[in-house]
Order: sequence, then C-alpha cells, then structure tokens
Amino acid sequence: MLVGFLAAAIIAGTPLLFATLGEIFSEKAGHLNLGVEGMMYMGAIVGFIVGLNTHNPILAMLGAVFAGSAGALLYAFLTVSLRVNQTVCGLTLTIFGEGFASFLGQRVMGSIVPGDIKSFFVARPIPLLSSIPYIGEIFFKQDVFVYFGYLTIILATYYLFRTKKGLNLRAVGESAAAADASGINVTLYKYAHILLGGALCGLGGAYMSLVTVPVWQEHIIAGRGWIAVALVIFASWNPIKAMLGAFLFGGLSILGFRLQSMGIRISQYLIDMLPYAATIIIVIISTRKNKKEDMPPADLNNPYFREER
Amino acid sequence: MEPVIAIEMKNISKAFGSVKANENVNLTVFNGEIHALLGENGAGKSTLMSMLSGIYTPDSGSISILGKEVEFSSPKDSIALGIGMIHQHFKLVDVMTAKENMVMGSKGIALRGKQLTKEMQAICDRYGLDIKPDKKVYEMSVGEKQTLEIIKVLYRGAKILILDEPTAVLTPQEIKRLFAILRNMKEQGCAIVIITHKLNEVMEISDRITVLRRGQSIETVETRDVEVSRLIEMMVGKKVDLALEKPHCCQDTPLLKVDGLYVSTKENKHALEDINFDLFPGEILGVAGVAGSGQKEICETIAGLLPAEKGRIFFENANILGKTPRDIIRLGIRMGFIPEDRLGMGLVGSMDMVHNMILRDYPNQPGFFLRRKESTKKAERLVEQLEILTPNVHHPIKKLSGGNIQKVLLGREIDSNPKVLITAYPARGLDIGASYKIYDLLNEQKKRGVGVLFIGEDLDVLMALCDRIMVFCGGKMTGIVNPEEITKEDIGLLMAGGSLEKGVQS
Amino acid sequence: MIPLKIVKRDDLPRNKAMLIRIASVALSIAFAGLVIALLGYNPITIFTSMVKGALGTKIRVQQTTLKAIPLLITSLGILVAFKMKFWNIGGEGQIMMGAFAASAVALNLNLPKPLMLLSMAVAAMVMGGLWAFIPAFFKAKMGTNETIFTLMLNYLAIKFVTYLQYGPWKDPAAQGFPKIATFSKEAILPSVGGVHMGWIIALILVVLVYVFLNHTKKGYEISVVGESIETARYAGMNISSVIIISMLLSGGLCGLTGMIQASAVEKTLSASLSANYGFTAIITTWLAGLNAIATLFVCVAFAILVQGGNYIQISMQVPASVADMIQAIILFFVLGSEFFLQYKVTFHKYFKVKKEAK
Repeated sequence: MLVGFLAAAIIAGTPLLFATLGEIFSEKAGHLNLGVEGMMYMGAIVGFIVGLNTHNPILAMLGAVFAGSAGALLYAFLTVSLRVNQTVCGLTLTIFGEGFASFLGQRVMGSIVPGDIKSFFVARPIPLLSSIPYIGEIFFKQDVFVYFGYLTIILATYYLFRTKKGLNLRAVGESAAAADASGINVTLYKYAHILLGGALCGLGGAYMSLVTVPVWQEHIIAGRGWIAVALVIFASWNPIKAMLGAFLFGGLSILGFRLQSMGIRISQYLIDMLPYAATIIIVIISTRKNKKEDMPPADLNNPYFREER
Repeated sequence: MEPVIAIEMKNISKAFGSVKANENVNLTVFNGEIHALLGENGAGKSTLMSMLSGIYTPDSGSISILGKEVEFSSPKDSIALGIGMIHQHFKLVDVMTAKENMVMGSKGIALRGKQLTKEMQAICDRYGLDIKPDKKVYEMSVGEKQTLEIIKVLYRGAKILILDEPTAVLTPQEIKRLFAILRNMKEQGCAIVIITHKLNEVMEISDRITVLRRGQSIETVETRDVEVSRLIEMMVGKKVDLALEKPHCCQDTPLLKVDGLYVSTKENKHALEDINFDLFPGEILGVAGVAGSGQKEICETIAGLLPAEKGRIFFENANILGKTPRDIIRLGIRMGFIPEDRLGMGLVGSMDMVHNMILRDYPNQPGFFLRRKESTKKAERLVEQLEILTPNVHHPIKKLSGGNIQKVLLGREIDSNPKVLITAYPARGLDIGASYKIYDLLNEQKKRGVGVLFIGEDLDVLMALCDRIMVFCGGKMTGIVNPEEITKEDIGLLMAGGSLEKGVQS
Repeated sequence: MIPLKIVKRDDLPRNKAMLIRIASVALSIAFAGLVIALLGYNPITIFTSMVKGALGTKIRVQQTTLKAIPLLITSLGILVAFKMKFWNIGGEGQIMMGAFAASAVALNLNLPKPLMLLSMAVAAMVMGGLWAFIPAFFKAKMGTNETIFTLMLNYLAIKFVTYLQYGPWKDPAAQGFPKIATFSKEAILPSVGGVHMGWIIALILVVLVYVFLNHTKKGYEISVVGESIETARYAGMNISSVIIISMLLSGGLCGLTGMIQASAVEKTLSASLSANYGFTAIITTWLAGLNAIATLFVCVAFAILVQGGNYIQISMQVPASVADMIQAIILFFVLGSEFFLQYKVTFHKYFKVKKEAK
C-alpha cells in the first residue's frame, strides 16, 4: 500500500523534478524565470503533437525540448539582451505559452497518446536494483523517463559543484560583474542556462501530456510550473534537494485521492494547499537561518550591463 | 639593453553619453617597471585602465601589447594576453572560497580541490603572499580580499598588472607589504601600473609617472627627476596651496560624551566595544582605522540609527542613547550626519534637490499632505550659497558630479544649524578642489562652535585637519592621539591594534 | 563580434520617448499581424473586428468597461506596492480572499442593501489587506523575500475557495453541481449607465491613489523606502510601518476588486473569479511606468484587447487562445522597447575606423 503510493508519488513528482531543475539553472544564471508554467505548456503540446504524428517517443521528447527552449530563448533575449524586468517578462511568457498550447491543442483535444509511445513508457524494472526490498519497488520499477530524471539530477549536481563550468555559472548568478572581470562570457552563460532551463521545463511538460495524463486536455499543467518555482526555494538551489522536494510534492498532489480510497474523508483541495504552505514556511525558515550559502544567487533579478558606471 | 614595451596606448578616446572620460590619451609602459597613473578623481584613470582590461571598449585609438596591436571585446581577451586588473571595488564572489574565486573563469573541466590548494600555495610561496585557500570571501578582511585579487591575477599568469587605488583601504603597514610584493613582481619582469592620487606613495614606489587631467594625458616623467609640487601642478593644472588651516580650538565642557558604549550588529557581534570619548564644541575629532573597524557603527549609534547593547551617550548632559532620530529632533537636539554612502543613505539619487531637502523637512510639517514650497526655496538658496552646479533644483541629483552631490548633502545638514556634525569620508571620490572646499566648510562649522566628528581614511588629511585623532581597530578604541606629537606610522600601529607610549591622550 | 555599441542614454527628450513607444506598439501590431497571417487568418479583418468588437456598439463598450474595472482597481493596488519596490505578485490571492470575505457577509447576513454593500466592501478590503499583511509582516520584520511568498499565497487562496466551492459552501440547490449559492438582490452592486457602479469607484480611486502617492507625506515615505531602505532609515522613517501600511492598502484595493467581481459580475463566489487579473495587473502597472493616471489608459487599452479577443472568438470562430497570443506578442514588444528608451544602440565607430585604416 505505502510502497505503491510512494512509487506513484515519484511518477507524479517527475514533471516537477524537471521543471524545478530547469528553474534552478535559470536562477543560478541570475534569472528568475516565472515563465516555467508557460514553457511546460509549450513542451507539453509540442511533445504531444509530435508523438501523435510520429509515434516516436524520442522525437516527441526532442520536440518538447525544442519548444521549451524556444520559449526560454524569447525570455533570454528580452531579459539578457534587452534587460527587461524579469518578473514581468516571465509572467508574459506564461500567458504566451498557455495561449500557444491552447491554440495548437484545439485540433488534438481529447486525442489519446499512441500505443507505441505508451508501451515505451511502461515500467521497466532495473535488474538487481529492483529486487532491493521496498527501495527497489519504489525507485527502480519505473519507466525510462523517471530513470532519465535520476540521471539528470546526478549530472546536474556534478556539473554545478564539481566542474569549472558549473563554478563559472554560479559566479555569474552571484556577481555578474565579478564573473565578467574573471573572463567568463556572462551573456553566453546566461543564454545557455536559461535555454537549458527551458528545455528541462519542456520535458517536464511533455511527461505530463504523454505519460501522466496521456490525453490532451486544456489546463493540463494546472499550476505545476508555479510549484516548481516554489520548489527551487524549498530546495535551496540544490538539485538533490530538488528531487526530494519534487517527489514529496508529487506525493502530496495525489495524497487526497489515496486517502479517500482508503475511506479517510479529507478534501484533496485542502491537501493541495500543503505544498504552497510548506514553501512559505521554508522561505521563512531560510530567512531566519540567514546562512549565506542558502540564500538566492545574489545577482538574481539584476540586469547586467558591463559599461554601467 | 632596450627595455621591452609592454603596453602602448595611442590616442585613446572614450565618452559616456556627453561626458568625455578620455580624450586622445597616450600611455607607454615597459616590462620591469612600476608605472604610476596619477590624476585627480574623475581624471579618467580608471576608465583608461578599464579599456586595457576589456571592461570598456574605446571609441577610438589603438592598444598594443608587447608590440602587437590588439582589440578587446571582453575581459576574457585581455586576460588571455596576460593582463590582470585589480579593481578598486573588488570583483570577488562573496559566498565562494578563496580558491574557487582564484580558479573561476579559467580553462578546463574538472574542479580539483586539493590540486587548487597546492597551486595556490605555490603562488603564495613564490611571491611571499599569505591566504587560507578554503576561507570564504565574506569572512575575509579587506587586506585578505586584496591579496586574493592579486593571487587570482597571478594564477592566470599575468605579466601585466594593473592596480586601481590599491592602498585606499590599507594600513601603512599593509601598504609596505603590498609595495614589497610589487617590487618582487617587478624583479621578475612584470609590468605594473598603479592608479593612485596619493603623491607620497607615487614617489616611493614608481619608476615613471604619467599624469592625467580631465581625461587627457598631460605628461610622462621619470620619478627621480620630479618634485611633488610639480606633480600637483600637472594634476590640477595650476599651482595650488595644499596647506590646511587649523583654527585654534577652545575646549571647555564636552558637547557630546560617549561612555562605555557597546554595540553589536547582525553581521558583527563586537561591532563596538567599550568606546569612551568626549567631543568638545569647536573641535574636529578625527577617527582613523581600517575600513570596517566600527566607524559606520559609531556614526549610526550617535545618530540614533543603531541600538546599543549598553553604555551612555550624553548630549549636553542628556542621555540620548536609545532615542530614535525622530526623538532626537523632538528634543531639540540639532545634529547633522553625512553618511559614507551619500547616494545610498544620505540622499535619494533618483529624486531632485527639492525632494532631498524634504527628507529632513517633512517630519516637521503639520498635517497629512506634503508641502514642497519651503524646501524648494531652501534648495534654491543652497545652490546659490554653495555654488552647486545643476541645471535646476528639479534635476535628479544622481546625474550631478560627485562634488556637487556632496555639497547638496553637506549643505542640507549644515542648513539646520547643527551643534554636532558627524561626517564619514566626506571628501571620498572628490577631486582636490572639491575636497578642499569641503574641508573649508568643516572648518567654518568648527569656528562657529560646532563639534565635528570626522571619519577619514587619508592619514595626511586627518593629521592636518583634526585637533585630535581617535583610532579604531576591530571595534575597539586603541587610542586618542594629538597629531602634533606623533607620526603616521604611529597611527598605523594603533590601527593594527598596537599601543603607544607617547602622544596618547584620553 | 557584432559591431554594435550600446550606450546608456543620458536624457531622452519626451517627444522622442513617445515616438519609440508608438513605434514599438506599431511594430508589435505588425508582427502580431504576421503571426495571425501565418495561422491562416486575415490580419486586417481580425484587427478591425477586434476594435469593432470592443468599441463598435454601446453594449460592446459596456463589455469593455466591465473588463477594465477589475484590472484598473487591481493595478492601483499593485502600484502602491510596486512604488515601494515590494513585488506584490499576490494580487490573485488578495482578490480571492476579498471575494471570500464579501461572500461570507453576503451569504450570512441579512442587511438592507446600502449597509450590505458597505459591509461587503469593508470586509473584502480588510481580508485582502490581511492577506497582503502576512508577507508584508515577514518582509518588514525578517526581510523575507516577498515575490515567492505572495505567489504562494495566491494558490493557497485559490485552493481554499475551490475547497469551499466543492465542499462546505456547495449550494445544495444546485443539484450536485459544484457552485456556491447566488447572492441575494441586496448584495448586488447597482448599475450606473448600463455598467455596475464599479467604474465610478475605479475612477475615484485613480485620483485618490494619485494624490496619495504624489502629494502626501505617507506617499513620499513610500517612494523613499522604494528607492533606498538605507536612506529611509537615515531619515528616521519607521520602515516596518511604511511597508505594512502600504501593503494593507495594496491588498485592500485588490480585495475590493474581489468584492466587486463577486457582487456585480459573478453574483457569487467561484474559484475562477480572479481570472488572472492579479497577474495581468502586474504587467499593466509596469507598462504604465508606475503612474496612477497612466494606469487608467493602459488598463483601458488592455480591456479593449481582451474584449476584442472575446468578440472575434464568437463572431469569427477564432479560438480565444489566438487573442492570448496576440496579447503576449504585443506585450513582448512593448517590454522590449523599454530597452531603447534607456540605451542607445549604434554601430561601433571603433571598428569603422579600423576598416578605413585598412
């Protein structure tokens, strides 16, 4: 029972995991992108349409990557090159992404994901690992995309904290001026990681439309982009904590229905409030602790202009 | 042997909007020399060097490095050619360690902690530097940060080193150490450019001097062939008398008495410890110390902005500790405060002069609505009295020059006829003419019987202007001295936490 | 390297700034037209019918006004917070909680109409204000980041109302349909000139907010806190109280929007009542350059866009999403044009000289 629930929590949390990781990259480059929801929508619809037409899961995911990073490119051009206010620009991207998905989605409304894609995303137990009691059941009897998620988190952690490129990225987010003076190409780093962030958000969106829901419907993302923005703080910009947070919040999102099926009557809508309430508490606690390492990147939200005097 | 030309800058021009920061500037620096770039604040020294380090791109002119003409589009290009710049405002990442700051921006993939520690140690050994590789920047003192900047530049294999006002924040002893390091690097064939406006240091360290004035290069001279007075003339454009007046000060009963003051802040548990001093009417009491020794805290505590842990502050026998700035005004105590960060604390940069006058006036206005009339008049009066250069009193003050901004602030504070005037680095960033104007204004206040607390950094100025100097080190007072009886080195010793036998007063 | 040189502008003459703004709007419309054409529609007919749909007849003008009212009042609320550089993106939640409080009054009290409406408005403003007070309190006392805090409170409010709608407040008379009971006549805002009187309230508020921010001591304090906390501290202002007062006001105005929407438009409480006004208002406030009077014009322009979008959806079978995308495209352009107001872009002289030399 519990094991089944936890395994389902991981599936529910996987879109959050990708979107949160995407936003971490963007914020580490100093850009608060509130367009996560929009980019997830763009990835969800493009991934879905490509999947519907090609029956190829890989192409569908690549389509989502493309769509998510296209949205991010727009955001990057406006906020990096044109130094537009990040909050306003991100919100606009969300409006755009939702409109975009809704428009393209008209023609495929109610369509079901083709069988070859569904069968690609069935649970594939990993030999040996899946036979570990409890742990194996929960973590290693999942679909390939979930495994891809684990891998991405490991790579992201390595990249951020064990490579020079990752160090440079953190420097850009902490102080663009210092990074620039050290010979780091600030504009390139910002563009690259905002785009990478968009690609990951797109993947998260596509997982929603191809696996979690497997039917196209309006409002398919349903605020998960915003939870991802919250999770970034919850995770204090750390990929590993982001993964744990994503699974935790994924679990909360399905908890109500589980409890109801067990005969415990509690509204899902009240449980839905928990992730948001938890994030608020985390925000308060992290301010209280006032540990410099857990603070947002210091140059977050500041446009950078080298010749500023 | 012909010396090798390391840097050659020809006819460099650079404008920011309508301001010509550099105009046809020429500079030649040889390998194995320490070249001083001398000029007043705003003469264009930093702009010129920022073009050499790739931060700015020149509008016209050419730059050659080791005989080859180059074009920089970013600092990266400049670093690749072996140029390293140490900025006046350090370009370090606070939450990272020393070695992370050192390696950031360099080539390669993996981040190897142990190897970095070794490499850092090797550089330290070679040039006689000292730093802890795993210390976070936010825990470092100013001196350590500067050492780290130097290591960072050396790690990149820089052969050409540019230092922008490196001594501004150091004690005389630290300056000596820095100069030893620079001489060591010069011996190893590096070309070094040092930007400064301190003449005695120029004479001590440099081989040649290029003087800039109002964006133009005036002359390059050999240091050993030149007199200080001649340098000043080149910098300012005319002969100036740099003697500061020190009117006699009559002490009777103290105006302000600080007694056993302890202050702790969020960042620093021991921001101030056991501070005791008197401020007399008609005296300028100087405060010397390395940056961050408690100067900011003592100013803000007296002004009622910072709560104290314990102690007392008497203003004409009334204890004002624990009173808010509003309370202090209500008690009829007239106090003026010129904070260190003029635009960030004393004024609102994006607002005009009128609204900056209102900052002091509005609490005394009755009712709900804002009145602008009186403040407009005051602003206009100050423009006339202090010869403030501004298109009109409705012009955002951040667009004025540094000297004029300071006149707005000082003018506003003096206009309220204060009995005590607290000033933190009032001449910082101003050119010689503007600085002396400010010193004159302070002396004028002193003659009127105002007690002035003067936080300074230039020890020459402190000694020439102040009646007594109080020295701070790490939040403690290490002595109050009479500038007539001691030397700069003595003050340096106190700044570093030492103690003196002679010249100490209480 | 691209031979472009970017220079920060010193001062831009007003007429030139205006020209850049107009050019950006024109360009954005042209670009949106291109997108429309790519989607297979005729851009000229789409644009003309959007204008007709928003302003063509008296009823359509009334519809447009109906859209402008909540946007305008919310924008004014957001403006008060933004003036202080407090990034209140919690307008959605404050609207919701305001609507919730107004509904609680409307559904549970039995009062004569004027008193009823007044109590609803007061309850809504207090509740909206309280919802904004929470992040303001933590910001003032602990320096907690308000962007995420207010954002999260939006979702708490929306989920809370959803819970009410599907749970305890579900109307038993609605035959299982998840909706809350409709208000009684006493709780419905009267119309003036064919539109509910919210438009009069909104216009009065524009003037009040303008005077408050520009001509009162409190308004001055808000601007100083927004420009520099340190300067405010130096001047002896009570910063916590400035933050809290202005956020109470900001949230109160958003709450009032909630009351007006519940009372005059939905005539009940529903989870979709805030309809993204809280987010859209951030954009309109920003585009209006944080000026109360300009907010009026931007909000009306926005309402025309929205109403025009609705109209083409019905009359030309163009999906509503097309209108959303046009909106976003125009926004992107107008936002991007801000850059050209602050910076001047020229070809690099340095490189030109080099070429001539060769």
